[in-house]
Amino acid sequence: MRHIISILLENEPGALSRVVGLFSQRNFNIETLNVAPTEDPSLSRLTVTTEGDDRVIEQITKHLNKLIDVVKLVDLTEGHHIERELMLVKVKALGASRDEVKRTVDIFRAQIVDVTPSVYTVQITGDAGKLDAFVQAMAPIGILEVGRTGVSGISRGDKILSL
Amino acid sequence: MELLSGADMIARFLQDEGVERIYGYPGGAALHIYDALFRQDKVKHILVRHEQAATHAADGYARASGKPGTVLVTSGPGATNAVTGIATAYMDSIPMVVLCGQVASHLIGEDAFQETDIVGVTRPIVKHSFAIKHPSEIPEVLKKAYYLAATGRPGPVVVDIPKDMTAPTERYEYVYPKKVKIRSYNPVTRGHSGQIKKAVDMMLKARRPVFYTGGGIVTSGASENLTALVKRLGFPITTTLMGIGSYPQTDEQSLGWLGMHGSYESNMAMHHADLIIAIGARFDDRVTNNTSKFCPTAKIVHVDIDPSSISKTVRADVPIVGPADSVINEMISLLQGREMANAEALPEWWTTIDGWRAEREGKLYEPSQPGERLKPQEVIEAVYHITRGEAFVTTDVGQHQMFAAQYYKFDKPNRWITSGGLGTMGFGFPAAMGVKQNFPDDVVVCFTGEGSFQMMMQELSTCKQFGTGVKIINLNNGTLGMVRQWQDLNYKSRHAHSYVESLPDFQKLIEAYGFTALKVEHHDELDAALERTFADNDELVFLDIDVDPREHVYPMQVPLGAMRDMLLSKTERT
Repeated sequence: MRHIISILLENEPGALSRVVGLFSQRNFNIETLNVAPTEDPSLSRLTVTTEGDDRVIEQITKHLNKLIDVVKLVDLTEGHHIERELMLVKVKALGASRDEVKRTVDIFRAQIVDVTPSVYTVQITGDAGKLDAFVQAMAPIGILEVGRTGVSGISRGDKILSL
Repeated sequence: MELLSGADMIARFLQDEGVERIYGYPGGAALHIYDALFRQDKVKHILVRHEQAATHAADGYARASGKPGTVLVTSGPGATNAVTGIATAYMDSIPMVVLCGQVASHLIGEDAFQETDIVGVTRPIVKHSFAIKHPSEIPEVLKKAYYLAATGRPGPVVVDIPKDMTAPTERYEYVYPKKVKIRSYNPVTRGHSGQIKKAVDMMLKARRPVFYTGGGIVTSGASENLTALVKRLGFPITTTLMGIGSYPQTDEQSLGWLGMHGSYESNMAMHHADLIIAIGARFDDRVTNNTSKFCPTAKIVHVDIDPSSISKTVRADVPIVGPADSVINEMISLLQGREMANAEALPEWWTTIDGWRAEREGKLYEPSQPGERLKPQEVIEAVYHITRGEAFVTTDVGQHQMFAAQYYKFDKPNRWITSGGLGTMGFGFPAAMGVKQNFPDDVVVCFTGEGSFQMMMQELSTCKQFGTGVKIINLNNGTLGMVRQWQDLNYKSRHAHSYVESLPDFQKLIEAYGFTALKVEHHDELDAALERTFADNDELVFLDIDVDPREHVYPMQVPLGAMRDMLLSKTERT
């Protein structure tokens, strides 16, 4: 099963490499990785999506917790949560397909953020499934380039991941 | 207020931390630190002949004393030479602080002379690492390093120190930090009482219980409490290779150690148990054999300070995260006034176990006859007798290591010093050196083989410099014995590169360093040679003993089998 693990990490040089290194060292899988500082400058928030059965996920969270630079973590998929990813896509926009791209962008509630006579650059946010669906819909028209941020997430309701 | 340079802060910190001896080797990036050490006389520096030996010596000291070992090396090759020793300490959870010189900050990343990203290189084999960014943070970072190395599940900590951080011209305020706090690091101090209660209830209801205890008992100093608990319950106990000595092996409740080359009765008892109480052990693959066939009828209580060790390879029914000593203590108090639910079951269980013991009694190996080459096993037994089982024993890796574990009986913890997890050839001699220098009044024996010894024999020079009287027992079978054993069993005796064709004359070699070396070729020469070897405790003696190269280590678990699936000799299996 796919899990989204959010981590509060010391904002120290080398801290990120310990997390990433742990995954390769222990043969765990990283699907997406997203990291940026938080409102507290001493902390980064890192969100990783990974695949594994319960035993593997248990090991992943235990080993992450063991890293001295990991301050706190939560497996968001254990409860209700909001998951978002942002994607920027360059799509071929020529002739009849120019309108088709625009229509599809509207259907997905995406935005065109840059335009040339032959290319639209589209910005879309949503969960990973929605982004995949958009890529699929655009594929026949011609995708030129894709940039995805990786999943970021937060739990629903009053539950908070903080110190 | 006292102003000190970074280098002087390091020297002063080591004094204030109570570090008596450090192991190291100088080089460009560490020279400011070496100069600071030169200008004081409280912390003694042992100059090794290879940085790997520095880590093994510090490791040996740590295992024998329970305190963190300290290593000082220079950047680049100095630091990379230390890597094997750091990995060895990591795998066996040994507390160690490794101070590495580094090129000056402004050169980092420029492929400067003797530059290596040692924090990067060692990342997967340290508990944690630090890179010094400003001289003023040295005292606090060092305190954190020692605190992390020694608490929780111990392990090696690397501190990378760029040369400009130790420059004599820059001085900063020095205060010894008595305590440090790391917000993300709070090792548990006791186990969950509900879980401990559950475990105790299961122990009282068990019919075929076995204690299975590991290095965690030695690390947490829990031997005394463990012995009290096991005595109180009357259960059998087996230990891991790392846990040898955590319970007196000459006691009748001890089944010896378990796993790959563990005792027949240990492995049989584990396989047939209905309750396994694992404390400070990690269900290593050299213990469990095939995990899908592991102990099919047993419930498992697993006590460990490291939550990631629990249910890593074998699922625990009652996981307890906590330090062994305090959890065992709680178990003992919960047992007060309570009785076994099935009192008749335990004597039956012991009858079964004694049956297994009897099956193998007198069949472990065939002793040599007068005039014949010695068997390695009988050499170990003879050393056990002459040292009355009281020596510190270090080993290298291979057949001699397994024989030493099987035939030297330990009644105390911290005396059996071996590279269990990583299996590092070359560990034994420098580790013995580290032990002897810190425990000069004790007898320190290093069992080695001609293969392993040659990996670190340059330390003879260090022993000469510091007058270190270790006893080196070289079980010389002229082959890499364990490799050869596997080749006999799995490769139709094709001995690919396991034969050491150009051995030195060890006697001449040892004598070149000014030490005594003795050669034993036959059964009849052993006793006199041992007498001579152990005559003077301050003298390094190298005893080179020709042993039978055809000997295999048995029992040996059958690959992919259950714990009970063992080869018992070249012709018998379970």
